[in-house]
Amino acid sequence: MNRTLSVLDPTSEDRSPEIQLSERIKGIEGSTIGLLDISKPRGDVFLNQLEKRLTEHGATVLRFMKPTFTKPAPVDLRYEISSKCDAVIEALAD
Amino acid sequence: MAKHADGYELKDGISVVVNSECPTCQLTSDLLVELGTNGHVEIFSQDDPSFPTSAEWVRDDSELSFSWHNDVEAVPTLIRVVDGKEVERLVGWNRKEWERLLEIDNLAPDLVDHKPGCGSLSVSPDRVNELEIKFGGRTFISRQVEIASLEDEIEAMYDRGWSDGLPVVPPTEARVNRMLAGTSRNSDDIVAIIPPNLAECSVEKVAINAVMAGCLPEYLPVVIACLEAICTDEFNMHGVLATTMGVGPIFIVSGPITERLGMNSGINVLGHGNRANSTIGRAVQLVLKNVGGGAPGGIDRATLGHMGKQGFCFAEAPSPWENLAEGFGFSSEQNTVTAFTGEGPRILVDQKSRSPESLARSLAEGLRSTISTRMVLGMDAMLVISPEHLSRFTDAGWSRSQFIEKMTELLMIDSDEIIEGAGGIEDGIPSAFGGNQLPKFRPGGLLVVHAGGPAGLFSAIIGGWLNGAKGSDPVTKEITL
Repeated sequence: MNRTLSVLDPTSEDRSPEIQLSERIKGIEGSTIGLLDISKPRGDVFLNQLEKRLTEHGATVLRFMKPTFTKPAPVDLRYEISSKCDAVIEALAD
Repeated sequence: MAKHADGYELKDGISVVVNSECPTCQLTSDLLVELGTNGHVEIFSQDDPSFPTSAEWVRDDSELSFSWHNDVEAVPTLIRVVDGKEVERLVGWNRKEWERLLEIDNLAPDLVDHKPGCGSLSVSPDRVNELEIKFGGRTFISRQVEIASLEDEIEAMYDRGWSDGLPVVPPTEARVNRMLAGTSRNSDDIVAIIPPNLAECSVEKVAINAVMAGCLPEYLPVVIACLEAICTDEFNMHGVLATTMGVGPIFIVSGPITERLGMNSGINVLGHGNRANSTIGRAVQLVLKNVGGGAPGGIDRATLGHMGKQGFCFAEAPSPWENLAEGFGFSSEQNTVTAFTGEGPRILVDQKSRSPESLARSLAEGLRSTISTRMVLGMDAMLVISPEHLSRFTDAGWSRSQFIEKMTELLMIDSDEIIEGAGGIEDGIPSAFGGNQLPKFRPGGLLVVHAGGPAGLFSAIIGGWLNGAKGSDPVTKEITL
């Protein structure tokens, strides 16, 4: 028999809103760059090295830390980073 | 109670519902023609509008609208209506009853005195769902997706990314409708906000994914309770999903419902082969992926994963000890689901211990290696203790709390053995913790579940994941039907 089968969509059917990327920084010198430690072991080793290099290139570096790597960063922390920094680098490590 | 819709009100007089394949309708067909011709009855024919004859008083009910709206359960059914209200209904053929209802004597004297009727098509199991959707006002919020006649429906669902790697059952309206009958909750109730996309998930979406997973309707309340358990701050499903560690949600069902659903708590309890065990956990994983957007390789970043992420659910066996849910403040008579974040199970063999002391030491030695011999306190574990292993303790009169107390004592670790660099291994706890005795597990961090086949001196460890506020805590929810 030639008939179509109709099924119900199992997905959330949500459409994510389009997100406008913020303006890219022109260069490192003179920029404020946030370094976000997600609380993984040895993330600080990687970020310390980055801080050193970025500072050498004339950036101001601000350090941030998530309370735990297992959960998304709290809204307040995200707001603080976005209001204080021109760019952010998030570290994964182990 | 008849559910009248516009156009299907009963008319004054006598209506007869028939079906040409019913032997009782066939038996009475000449009589019905006579009664119809004389204006005594109006006939609604379920399958053949020319049965018992072609006439303007024979109405075509092949859509089963009249039958469904008037709750006809058998054919022939005679319904007598006065002033728009049903006053009497007869089912099957019974001369005396028909004579009384029709107020006519000597009806068809050649026929047998009585003959029971047949089931109405409107209650036939293969039609009832379709009719409920068509006439019953069930509306679905979810989008309908048409699969073309030349497409293979199983392949079409793979192509749309709805599968977990295994074939899924097509969630047709009829199947989802049947699934929704498994819960008393409204289909548009929100069950949980599903990570990682934090998508609202209605009972209907759960039902769709439960159909796809192969669940029976009676499993739906368990699937709902599983989702309620994991979509909490304490369980932290977002982290469990996103972690590189190969863990996933594991569901232990406790209480009388396990037997009612035919769940397996015995032979091969952590394995395959039982429909409820296999499909309940699978339905939850499908919801996480399809509704929450947590696809493997997407937000699910597990380096290795484990086969239990296909769906890992089992039943706790009745136990002389208090059950898992009782440990979380529920009673053994309550139906509950406990969600635990864990890796795949690992067998602990001890076939020679006869004393509880010996077996306790043996199990403790195995549990030391949970996740890593170098790790203490940070991760919980579940011990699935088999009936034969359990009897070593219960035969000696040990209670559950005595067992836990003994295990806690045996699982004190000499920290010098597990500090960084000890034994030439760089991994370990910071050397500042040296010189101590540290517990392997936090208080309550060793969960004990009784399950497994009656023979075999084996137990199993399921290692956990980061516990507490920074990770995931076990969560128990009551199953509401």
